[in-house]
Amino acid sequence: MFRNQYDNDATTWSPHGRIFQVEYASEAVKQGSAVVGLKSKDNVVLVAVKRSPNELASYQKKIVRIDDHMGIAMAGLTSDARVLSNYLRSEAMRSKMVYGRALPVGRAVTSIGDKAQTNTQEYGRRPYGVGLLVIGHDDTGPHLYEFNPSGVVSEYYAYSIGARSQSARTNLERNFEKFEDMPLKELIVQGLRALRDTLQQGKLLDTLNTSIGFVGKDAKMTILDGEDTQAYLDLLDEGEAMETE
Amino acid sequence: MLSSITQAPVEAHSHNRWEPYVDNGGTSLAIAGADFVIIAADTRQSDGYSINTRYDPKAFELSNKTVIATTGYAADAKRLVEVMEQKAQSYFHKHERVMSTPAMAQLLSNTLYYKRFFPYYVFPILAGLDSQGKGAVFTYDPVGNMERTVYVACGSASALVQPFLDNQVGFANQRAADPNRLLDRETARKIAIDAFTGATERDIYTGDWLEIFTIDQTGVHREKRELKRD
Repeated sequence: MFRNQYDNDATTWSPHGRIFQVEYASEAVKQGSAVVGLKSKDNVVLVAVKRSPNELASYQKKIVRIDDHMGIAMAGLTSDARVLSNYLRSEAMRSKMVYGRALPVGRAVTSIGDKAQTNTQEYGRRPYGVGLLVIGHDDTGPHLYEFNPSGVVSEYYAYSIGARSQSARTNLERNFEKFEDMPLKELIVQGLRALRDTLQQGKLLDTLNTSIGFVGKDAKMTILDGEDTQAYLDLLDEGEAMETE
Repeated sequence: MLSSITQAPVEAHSHNRWEPYVDNGGTSLAIAGADFVIIAADTRQSDGYSINTRYDPKAFELSNKTVIATTGYAADAKRLVEVMEQKAQSYFHKHERVMSTPAMAQLLSNTLYYKRFFPYYVFPILAGLDSQGKGAVFTYDPVGNMERTVYVACGSASALVQPFLDNQVGFANQRAADPNRLLDRETARKIAIDAFTGATERDIYTGDWLEIFTIDQTGVHREKRELKRD
């Protein structure tokens, strides 16, 4: 992609039918550290690599709770993600007040998809610079969705976005058929295995840079950070040892 | 001469005006201890001489540290609790921790005063542990006047229960007793139960079931007991 005469604003089409500003927004997503999502018949899991700009700084939060039954992971402009997650939280509460039931996940993602779309069709506005993996459990079971700056929303069995996420997607493509009946703990470890493939040479997953989130039929949206991830990272290494034997 | 013709003034009638509030009856109480607090309410919902339902809980957990009990107009009470639950959630999302009981107490006062000119017809009691871990009870009027106290009773049988608590919890009119002594859990629980069984006998709006919440540093525990159904 190079600078061209059709990329100044989101209201200009290129002759090949592209809106470059929206595509550039997707580039911002690709710059963010990787997140992986995967689901079984009862649970859906998110795992993410947290980045820290320097040794003095904290690691950026990647997974956010929306409600008891829903959570998101972000890749890209975290400030845009904050705005979207605040919006989702208020929509989730509004759904409970107005309809007396938890916000269905599909409805949640289409509402932010529509919100993002308006930024691709109005002069003077810019598209959101963040991609999200939205997980949730409602009365149609567990769900995993991808949200794009373009407003396109897709549902997945398993997916990954962010830097070097293709390696994770390849791992998931090979393994996703096994996820259906996996218990929660194993599902999380599978996610960590796929996530590990996105790391650069020499880097490892540890309790500082790993974040785990999950929700399911018998589990409210839970996020694990720091020491709480150690148990799963240990299982990851054990699995490693078994594989190489 | 025309000025001598007068008409009787038209009566401004108030007999058939629609009333936005209803008193659904019921009673609540709370008693604070050194490291716990109990808050209890019956579950009968009435309208005049009729019972709407025998089981409509009046006390709700707003968090793992705080319980609110509401008497008065059930519809307003439900909405008030929903609004407070949402505010507790928003706080949790913003600050990544549960709202403390004193903070919740102030928020409730403000929420009530916000509708100063069309009040929630609710008499709330808020109970939880303060920042030192001591039992805290907050009592309100419908527009948010707040007072922290050791014990209180609200609702249709409050006139029966409050003097009983004054004597048994506050040791009022007992010369040899220490009015500053706080009760232990079991004694407080027994007094609460006795207060309700007594209130049930004499107050037609109180009865059916009693729910007692005990809050301490391990969390909120709920106990459900039967009351007379007549």
